[in-house]
Amino acid sequence: MPKDSGIGAAIKRREDARFLLGSGRYSDDITLLNQTHAIFVRSEVANGEINSIDTSEAEAMPGVLAVFTGEDFVDVGGNPAGWLINSRNGDPMKEPKRPVLAHGKVRHVGDAYAAVIAETEQQARDAAEKINADIKELPAVIDMASALSGKNFVHDEIGTNQCYDWGWIEDNREATDKAIKNAHHVTTLELVNNRLVPNAMEPRCSIADYNPANDDYTLYTTSQNPHLTRLLISAFVLGIPENKLTVVSPDVGGGFGSKIYHYGEEALVLAAAKRIKRPVRWTATRSESFMSDAHGRDHVTKIELALDKDNNFLAFRTETMANVGAYLSNFSTVTPTILHGTLMAGNYAVPNVYVNVKTVFTNTAPVDAYRGAGRPEATYSLERVIDKAATELGVDPIKLRRQNFIKPDQFPYVTAAGLNYDVGDYDAIMDRLEHHADLKGFAQRRKKSEAAGKLRGLGINSYIEACGIAPSNLIGTLGARVGLYDAATIRVNATGNISVMVGAHSHGQGHETAFPQIVADMLGVDPDNVEIVHGDTSKIPFGMGTYGSRSLAVCGSAIVRGVEKIISKGKKIAAHMMETTDDKVDFEEGVFSVKGTNKTVSFGDVALKAYIPHDFPIEDIEPGLEETAFYDPQNFTYPAGAYACEVEVDPDTGQVTIESFAAADDFGNIINPMIVEGQVHGGLAQGIGQALLEGCTYNEDGQLISASYMDYTMPRAADLPSFIVDHTVQTPSTDNPLGVKGCGEAGAIGSPPTVVNAVVDALRSANHNVTHIDMPLTPERVWAAMNN
Amino acid sequence: MYNFEFKQPTTISDAVNLLKSDEAQALGGGQTLIPTMKQRLASPSTLVSLTAISEMKGICKNDDGSISIGGGTTHAEVASHADIFAGLKTLAENIGDAAVRNRGTIGGSLANNDPAACYPAVALSTGATIVTNSREISADDFFQGMFDTALEEGEIIISVRFPVPTSSSYQKFVQPASRFAMVGVFLSKFADETKVAVTGASEGGVFRWSEAEAALNENFSADSINNLSVDQNDMISDIHASKEYRAHLVKIMTQRAIKGAS
Ligand SMILES: Cc1cc2nc3c(=O)[nH]c(=O)nc-3n(C[C@H](O)[C@H](O)[C@H](O)COP(=O)(O)OP(=O)(O)OC[C@H]3O[C@@H](n4cnc5c(N)ncnc54)[C@H](O)[C@@H]3O)c2cc1C
Repeated sequence: MPKDSGIGAAIKRREDARFLLGSGRYSDDITLLNQTHAIFVRSEVANGEINSIDTSEAEAMPGVLAVFTGEDFVDVGGNPAGWLINSRNGDPMKEPKRPVLAHGKVRHVGDAYAAVIAETEQQARDAAEKINADIKELPAVIDMASALSGKNFVHDEIGTNQCYDWGWIEDNREATDKAIKNAHHVTTLELVNNRLVPNAMEPRCSIADYNPANDDYTLYTTSQNPHLTRLLISAFVLGIPENKLTVVSPDVGGGFGSKIYHYGEEALVLAAAKRIKRPVRWTATRSESFMSDAHGRDHVTKIELALDKDNNFLAFRTETMANVGAYLSNFSTVTPTILHGTLMAGNYAVPNVYVNVKTVFTNTAPVDAYRGAGRPEATYSLERVIDKAATELGVDPIKLRRQNFIKPDQFPYVTAAGLNYDVGDYDAIMDRLEHHADLKGFAQRRKKSEAAGKLRGLGINSYIEACGIAPSNLIGTLGARVGLYDAATIRVNATGNISVMVGAHSHGQGHETAFPQIVADMLGVDPDNVEIVHGDTSKIPFGMGTYGSRSLAVCGSAIVRGVEKIISKGKKIAAHMMETTDDKVDFEEGVFSVKGTNKTVSFGDVALKAYIPHDFPIEDIEPGLEETAFYDPQNFTYPAGAYACEVEVDPDTGQVTIESFAAADDFGNIINPMIVEGQVHGGLAQGIGQALLEGCTYNEDGQLISASYMDYTMPRAADLPSFIVDHTVQTPSTDNPLGVKGCGEAGAIGSPPTVVNAVVDALRSANHNVTHIDMPLTPERVWAAMNN
Repeated sequence: MYNFEFKQPTTISDAVNLLKSDEAQALGGGQTLIPTMKQRLASPSTLVSLTAISEMKGICKNDDGSISIGGGTTHAEVASHADIFAGLKTLAENIGDAAVRNRGTIGGSLANNDPAACYPAVALSTGATIVTNSREISADDFFQGMFDTALEEGEIIISVRFPVPTSSSYQKFVQPASRFAMVGVFLSKFADETKVAVTGASEGGVFRWSEAEAALNENFSADSINNLSVDQNDMISDIHASKEYRAHLVKIMTQRAIKGAS
């Protein structure tokens, strides 16, 4: 029976009312008295030496209040990488400074080297055009292979374009090499994981308000994790004491990773607000978003799969070049390594895995985590090479996968890539998929397509990801410079309703609906009496924000721990009210009762009592009913799934259309199935976008030639079929109290290889000898593959 | 955007007079000009809006059977008008999105002559006449290369007169991001001849594929152009399609247009 409230109920998202009615409050909606406007001057060349910047003409323009250049920030810190990755030989990664404004050199198109503050945006824009910079264009470093072999450096001071050369797991290297050398069959595939622009609907926006009376600051900004932003600004960049800086991220219109990071624009508006003692605001134009938001993916990989004569997997070995762009963004060093290499065993009982990643500086925008972050790259490599192996060996791709799955009785299972998968049932998921995908009917559907002059293909994949990021003790040993717990404060108000202050940030995930379902379920109250407060460092406990499908598994678990503390304190108060001891008190469905009696008090009465403690034994029970819990997971969670896609290809033009798409996922326990479905839909749209449409392109001079929606193709509703989504296989995570796993990235991880497998299958059905096409599978690429 | 003056005359002569002033520019639906101004790539000192001139709006059938469309008529009006022939209806229905179709005008589209725009193809293929405030220009003389037309400074398109083909078809292969034509082929079949105009493909802008026309005048069937191809060297090459692929699409879209008009 579907529930209509509490955990498991498909309650409609309460936040949607304000979003759909246009009454959300985004950063750009905030207007402050006496506010001023910042405009950034950005590099038009990919690589250039700044000889001089003459700001005098700009300073004399009407309305101009201040002009900044990189000179103004030489004495402050840089924006750091959050994770130290060492090379195989033990050398630490190269960490060139990332200044607030470019200084000495500009390093990518869009790199900001000056900023103008003026009374109006128009005046700031007019003045920005009068900044006369003498920038000598230098040859750009764009192609990763030439970046590694060449002598033209993005950062001269480090004398190389290689950030690190990482091996995972170095001790497994020899065994993996040997397994591949001695294998019965080895399938090799070279592929590109295409670079993407995140394209959150809301562009970045930052507004700084400095209060000279108290020497403190408020920063309103589009962030997925306000506390982390504050920490970075305070501890690394500007040195503003944390207690003097409040960071507020109100409604945020999508992030997909790109708003995890601290950006120079935030530091600039803060510094400017202090200098002119007035609020300073900036909102990115869409062009600025394209040029300066952290991009995603951008790997070039060679993967090998070794099999024995019975088609058992023996080893995966990969060599990858990963683009980090011109500067290290906060998570850029962990994304292509820990979040990628550790997943390279997939869902398979494979004894050997070795992953090598060389991360490369280029004169392009920084590249960082984007929906899935490293895991889509791992899944894509694995699931493409497995499909290719199935073709080479003439075996059914589903059978080959099933044969090599880790079996339910093998859990917990430590993979050859070093993760400890707690639970799963990959065959059961594949059963659900086969049911939905109607594989038996495929031959018939293919015939029908062929009769209409189209080629039809079927693509399958199975994926696993590591979510619930992340166990601090484990990641500490892997180079993390932060812990990745989260926190919740449960404040039961005197009148019995509840405010829950959380470290996670909601920007599309539906926390305001799902989190109350947990609290309501545990306390037996109406979810409408529970309010979620997030996105303001002055209100919420120190949590690490939202990314990596972590909010429910980590912050949701902190909520559970917090509510448990509330119940236990409530029992003390109830025991006092009912003249017994708390070990004799039960709590169920909102009622405290004395075991073995019919004595009860309601949760509301206990709450009121907590705040009107006239007869409290003050030495034993503090007044109030408010608890904070921090939760640090012991392990990642491991959502897994299997996807199927059918495509039609127009043999005359190479145009691909997606005819059907089915997704079967195991997300463990589910709090709100409707939100889960929505998350999967969104992820699938993004993954299909990557597979067929989206491609961020720099030319060899480093010009971004896909810098607007005229040239960068976003997926539209008409590009997508009606999705079949199934999450009936539920193996609850054994690690967190909710048994949840995370669902935000799954669709974007599992869908790209599914689509590509389907297109390759379609072409092979017409006897085209095609083994691979790089994404995005534009009509021209597919047509070229058919016509060599 | 830079500051500018905004004028909204109600007659053609007022508009023409206003356009005589230095750096004045006509504004149709603004679907091309406004984004360009927002990016500060255009900076007219005066915008002369043509949207309040009733003489420039609407669609009517002429005595000789041709159709006249006012230069200020929107794509949406063209798409929904009962007198519009099949190919033109499809063309107008598939320009941009609903917002673009409700603002953008036929006059603006033709005057702009974007190499990927749709209207130039139908104008050239039907042998339309572009009527301006001072003269009539045949489509064959009007289009003079990418973003270039026979219009003089300050000259405005009042209406466009289309001979009505016995059958017609517009086949548009969209550029996936912009949804403009990566290759668009408009085929018009008249009692005595067939004309094929291609947009989106050529570095020279919209053009008539005369070899295909000759072959179709011999024998109107998709197979009759099997051995023909356009010169790849003239084609546009960009991140969406190479010269070779565009040349291929010209042939495929032409064959589809032949079938569409059969
Ligand atoms: C998202 C988007 C998608 C689009 N997709 C397509 C598409 O698929 N196919 C397609 O063909 N087009 C497409 N367009 C372009 C659209 O059709 C525009 O309407 C058209 O290009 C310009 O018409 P306008 O009336 O908006 O002209 P404006 O933008 O107002 O003006 C354009 C130019 O024409 C001049 N001008 C305007 N009216 C006249 C006139 N009557 N006489 C002389 N000069 C004039 C102006 O001075 C200016 O130089 C798209 C546009 C957008 C924004």
